[in-house]
Amino acid sequence: MEHVDWVAALSRWVHFMAGIMWIGLLYYFNFVQVAALKNATADGTAAGISKHVAPRALLFFRWAAVVTWLAGAALLGPLFTDTFLLRNGMGPMGIGAWLGTIMLFNVWVLIWPNQKKILGLTPASDAEKNTARRVAFLASRTNVMLSIPMLFFMAGGWSHRALFGL
Amino acid sequence: MKNPLDSLWGTVISGVVLTVVLYVFARNFLG
Repeated sequence: MEHVDWVAALSRWVHFMAGIMWIGLLYYFNFVQVAALKNATADGTAAGISKHVAPRALLFFRWAAVVTWLAGAALLGPLFTDTFLLRNGMGPMGIGAWLGTIMLFNVWVLIWPNQKKILGLTPASDAEKNTARRVAFLASRTNVMLSIPMLFFMAGGWSHRALFGL
Repeated sequence: MKNPLDSLWGTVISGVVLTVVLYVFARNFLG
C-alpha cells in the first residue's frame, strides 16, 4: 500500500477520535456542567465539580483540540492550501476547516487562559474573575454555535457532493 | 436585545442559521 494511504487512514482515525473527545467535552461543558455548577453553587457542593471534574475535563478538552487540528492538517496533506484558500473544489471542506481553526483559537486564547483565572490556577481579583467567567462562557457558547456548521461542512460524504454539485 | 448565546436554544438556533447562511454562500460563490 502507498505511504500516503497509511497517513490518510491513520490521520482520519485520530482526527475522528480526538474530535469526538474535543466536541464531546465542549457539549458536556455547555449542556451539562454550566447548569450543574449553578445548582451545585446554590446548595454548596460546587467545589467537587470545580476542583475535581473541571480541571481534568479542561485538560483533555484543550489537548484533544490540538490533536484534532494536527490530525486534520495531516489528513488534508497536499490539499491543505486549497482547502484554506477555498479553491479547487475544497470550498465546503475549507469552510469547515476555518470554523475548526477559529474554535481552536477560542479554546487556547479565550477559554483556557480565562478558566485558569476562574479555577484559581493563576491569581486574579474578584472583578477579573467575573470578567473571565463571562468571556470564557461566551467563547465556549460560540464554539457550540460554530460546531453546528463545522460538522455540516466537514462530515460530508456523497450526500454533500450532490448538495454542492461537486 | 438579549444575547442568544446565553440560552442553549438560542445557541443551537444561531448555529443552524449560520449553517444555512454558509451553505448559500458555498453553493453560490465557491468553485
